[in-house]
Amino acid sequence: MSITEPMTMPTQTAAKGGDVVDRHRLSTRLWHWTNAITIVIMLMSGLMIFNAHPRLYWGAYGANPDYAWLQIGATEANTGFVRVGSVTADTTGVLGRWTDSDGQVRNRAFPSWATLPQSYNLALARRWHLTFAWVFAVGLAAYLIRSLLNRHLQRDLLPTAEEIRPSQIWSDIKHHAKLQFPTGEAAQRYNILQKFAYLSVLIALIPGMILTGFTMSPGLNASLPWLLDLFGGRQSARSLHFIFAMGIMAFIVVHLLMVVLAGPINEVRSMITGRYRLPKEKN
Amino acid sequence: MALLTRRSVLTGLGFSTIIGTTAGLVLSPSFRDLALGSGEKLAYQTHRLIGRNALAPEFTEADMSPDFRTNGNTMPKSSDYQRHMETDFANWQLQVDGLVSTPKAFSLAALKAMPARTQITRHDCVEGWSAIGKWTGVPLSALLSQVTLLPSARYLVLHCADDFSGDAYYESIDLVDAFHPQTILAHTMNDQPLSVGHGAPLRLRVERQLGYKQAKYIMRIEATATLAATGLGKGGFWEDQIGYDWYAGI
Repeated sequence: MSITEPMTMPTQTAAKGGDVVDRHRLSTRLWHWTNAITIVIMLMSGLMIFNAHPRLYWGAYGANPDYAWLQIGATEANTGFVRVGSVTADTTGVLGRWTDSDGQVRNRAFPSWATLPQSYNLALARRWHLTFAWVFAVGLAAYLIRSLLNRHLQRDLLPTAEEIRPSQIWSDIKHHAKLQFPTGEAAQRYNILQKFAYLSVLIALIPGMILTGFTMSPGLNASLPWLLDLFGGRQSARSLHFIFAMGIMAFIVVHLLMVVLAGPINEVRSMITGRYRLPKEKN
Repeated sequence: MALLTRRSVLTGLGFSTIIGTTAGLVLSPSFRDLALGSGEKLAYQTHRLIGRNALAPEFTEADMSPDFRTNGNTMPKSSDYQRHMETDFANWQLQVDGLVSTPKAFSLAALKAMPARTQITRHDCVEGWSAIGKWTGVPLSALLSQVTLLPSARYLVLHCADDFSGDAYYESIDLVDAFHPQTILAHTMNDQPLSVGHGAPLRLRVERQLGYKQAKYIMRIEATATLAATGLGKGGFWEDQIGYDWYAGI
């Protein structure tokens, strides 16, 4: 239930439900927990950075006098709101205007429970964000190099011709909707929905996050000006960075939900010790 | 058994590193400060390595912000500055001193008579917004060639006329940025004399860094060997007061 490297079975006989198998390599497990901490830090510090200017624009420039396609704020009538285009939703208490743990009412976009640090501090949020970006980068580079060399990406994540047949995908969706997860030997491999989820994170969201992050740096704009053309300007890159972050957040929510539904103790144990008990076949 | 031992040692080391680092970040403020300072150092070194002389993107007039907002101080309070403002900066002078062989003062008229560079660039505030404007001014390198830096000079400190509650604004840059062709002392913005709100009579444009580095109301440029002797020693007003990174290229 995570970006993993299932090990090939050393035994000759096929594994069956109830067997305990080696599922995640040590490097995978260490990378997983480093990422878990890093991504929480980057998401929460990112929300604090957003709080410094809770407006998003398209194009090269964008500031208070310009049209923002997304805005989170507080009205003069003391309500909090989120506006996307011309649609405004009242979000008093959660976004725009909320009460902190000391009972103080604050006019800020994201509430203190969602940000790092908890109370407004752009300087510190930037330090968390821009330092842990390096932790993330080093881990990702090591993962990609290793996964390309040991053919993990091609072997375990690339969908097979069989799997991408519409009937096959549809049957997988139906099984997921009924919360019927693979059992026995089949649970050793990723199913097609897992492959899609992990590949979209690996191929789209993570590169998108990194490159739009680079595009917001005036220093890197000088060295890598083509990034501005790729994303349509710095403010477009900032908007996309936020949208991709919401995508990562959605992935994490689904990921955690699946862990809970698939048996949290077995799943979490497999990501700590590497050992996983294959779910029993149902008759 | 040897394999098992090696594996358990690696597992132990790996997980204790993750748990230890996390515990250190949560529990030890001094470890946290040390660790969180590394992003700035890595960014600075990386940017200097891959693009020491790279030019910031320049835009056309069609790309300019219709309304370029002001930020920070928009009216310096000192009586000195007020006097200069009332006389259109006719008696104002820019001092260039510190670790230079021939300290000099430049009047606004003298600066405007020097060869100028015009560039349409994007201004990025640390808070997240951007505005595109047209700047005309004297390349800082041209000024430096008239005073000649001593070999011990490593930074330029820009002392400004504005203050926040009595603490004077200042900023500083390294010599790579000081001699960068797009680093100018702008006296003209969008074809008009620089307004008071935007930093009259002179502001720095250091185009590969964020807005708080673009010091306004510059009165004096001082060449120094260290940043430790100015203000609280972190190289700028916001760096000292609220901990913004000195290198603001990201």
